[in-house]
Amino acid sequence: MRKTLLESLTHGSLTEPAPASDGSALAELAAKVDRAAQARLGRSLAIREVDAGSCNGCELEIHALSNAFYDIERFGLRFVASPRHADVLLVTGPVTKNMQEALERTYNATPDPKWVVAVGACAVDGGIFRDSYACVGGVSETVPVDLHIRGCPPSPTDLLKGLLALLEHVGGKR
Amino acid sequence: MGILDSIPHVKAVSSHRPWPRAVVTEAGWQVAIDRLVEGGLTLLGFWGEPSAVHMAMLDAGSAAIAVVTYECTAGTFPSVANRHPPALRLERTIHDLFGLVPTAAHDLRPWLDHDAWGQSYPLSARNASRDVRPYQFLPAEGEALHQVAVGPVHAGIIEPGHFRFTANGEHVVRLEQRLGYTHKGIESLMQGASLEAAAKLAGRASGDSAVAYVFAFACAVEAALQIEAPRRASLLRALMAELERLANHLGDIGAICNDASFALMHAQTGVLRERCLRAADVAFGHRLMMDVIVPGGVRRDIAPDGVSALRALLAELRKVFPRLIELYDNTASLQDRTVTTGIVKAEYARQFGAGGFVGRGSGRDFDARRALAYMPYDALSFEVPVLQAGDVNARVWIRIREVEQSVSLIEQILDRLGPGELETALPARSGGGACEGMALTEAFRGDVLVWLRLDGELRVDRCHLRDASWFQWPLLETAIDGNIIADFPLCNKSFNCSYSGVDL
Repeated sequence: MRKTLLESLTHGSLTEPAPASDGSALAELAAKVDRAAQARLGRSLAIREVDAGSCNGCELEIHALSNAFYDIERFGLRFVASPRHADVLLVTGPVTKNMQEALERTYNATPDPKWVVAVGACAVDGGIFRDSYACVGGVSETVPVDLHIRGCPPSPTDLLKGLLALLEHVGGKR
Repeated sequence: MGILDSIPHVKAVSSHRPWPRAVVTEAGWQVAIDRLVEGGLTLLGFWGEPSAVHMAMLDAGSAAIAVVTYECTAGTFPSVANRHPPALRLERTIHDLFGLVPTAAHDLRPWLDHDAWGQSYPLSARNASRDVRPYQFLPAEGEALHQVAVGPVHAGIIEPGHFRFTANGEHVVRLEQRLGYTHKGIESLMQGASLEAAAKLAGRASGDSAVAYVFAFACAVEAALQIEAPRRASLLRALMAELERLANHLGDIGAICNDASFALMHAQTGVLRERCLRAADVAFGHRLMMDVIVPGGVRRDIAPDGVSALRALLAELRKVFPRLIELYDNTASLQDRTVTTGIVKAEYARQFGAGGFVGRGSGRDFDARRALAYMPYDALSFEVPVLQAGDVNARVWIRIREVEQSVSLIEQILDRLGPGELETALPARSGGGACEGMALTEAFRGDVLVWLRLDGELRVDRCHLRDASWFQWPLLETAIDGNIIADFPLCNKSFNCSYSGVDL
């Protein structure tokens, strides 16, 4: 174990420079997020991920945000276990009818001010599952959405761009 | 001797390939169940249609496979689950979707149906409505028992499911799972879909097994149409399948250690997993390699710099991975958590036909790549690791050994990847009307089964996807028995069952 630890000290960091925040995401946020709420959180956001019926592809890429290459925590973004600790809900999936109530309750359990980020093609409008008897469709049909990050699944870099835009916006560039 | 020789049947269905399918009477259906109960045959799949039910069965000794069909003329069929428990959740699903009633069933509680769809029996031809009552969990009785209810939104970045623990102090007396939260209605969306749309759906039944699913889907279509993918395409398919296995196993090994609070391993395997996905992106233009495999072959060739990216990945794995194995093996505090934790009895692994690391960690020596030797695995050499202990540690070691095998397989494939065609053209329509195909592939977590019927215009008439997790989730309930609640995340991670893959 010591060898592995020592090597990681001497080998230099794998972590890559931050991508530029997504311009279109900033534009979407500017139209939606309440300025008054922005000042309260500083440059730190706690994220609760909610799978509302995804195929788990989006979850894999959200997981990847925590690896050494993306190291999401360096930006003050961290994943928390409870919606009661969260500022942001990261929601994936075409919102299955079986998950709709759980999503609503999770949203209601999250304290204000809060933001909802819909992740992946399904979360935008239900994607390829939109015509099913078992799906509601886009996340915005169930809870208000502040930002969409598209892709099937979005790459970790796309996710990071969107989340950094949110962070910049919430931080209010004071 | 074929499986059907010993099961009385009315007629064989000639358009079903590559394995036989036969319509049986009630007597034949019961004989088939007898064979499952005795252990001579293993249940591979159990699915419905508006007025029939099908069971796929495997003879483990000869690797023969057959499908028996019972026609539910009265809307009922003899329950399989009341005699053979591995069929239970599948049987409840058949009832939920089609409204067919298993006679003499002990447990007909809804499984996928949470009374939220606004309709009952969505795939049935009839418009019946169901009397839905609040879901009753199975009772656990005794002094000083308490319940812990977890989910569907539970800690971590994880799919939704509900776990109901009954505990005595810290020890779990009973765990009951309640799934179905991610039910997207995939099988209904499949009906009438073009092959292209259906392949996309199949690739999103369980995103972590995107390659394995669409691989199986493509093979089933090809079996139905009696065509074969070109050799180069089949090598590329296996290349992607092994890359997917590598990435998932690396992620799992780290995540299991992380659930035992050993974050170093998680960080190290996380780096290797990311390198796999990046190599996949370079080679096939998508990190999870979605939508590359299509019926008939592959949609695109490996990128010109893909081979060197993959060779670099293999070199990195060869350098780093042995050290991580050593790290796992020499960390006593980690072994303390994984050894003898969450034991799956060999007897259950056999009875349930559990695939993947769950089965192979408990002595069930089955791997679809070897047993069925589908292309191109018939021409590649690899070993199938099997262990007997059945604990979390065994499931970690199976993954470790399979990482090594996948590295060797990718190398063999790269060495053999000569020039050649990428796609066999599909006929515009099938020769004699409807045709049926079935295929199994070995996903990282076990065998995936795809069964389908195409109409004359090559649209999907009916398609059933069966994830390996159907026969693994119930064993997690037995594995946690007598363990402490705090070890549940560790046990759960060592199974890493798919929610989406079984909820469909």
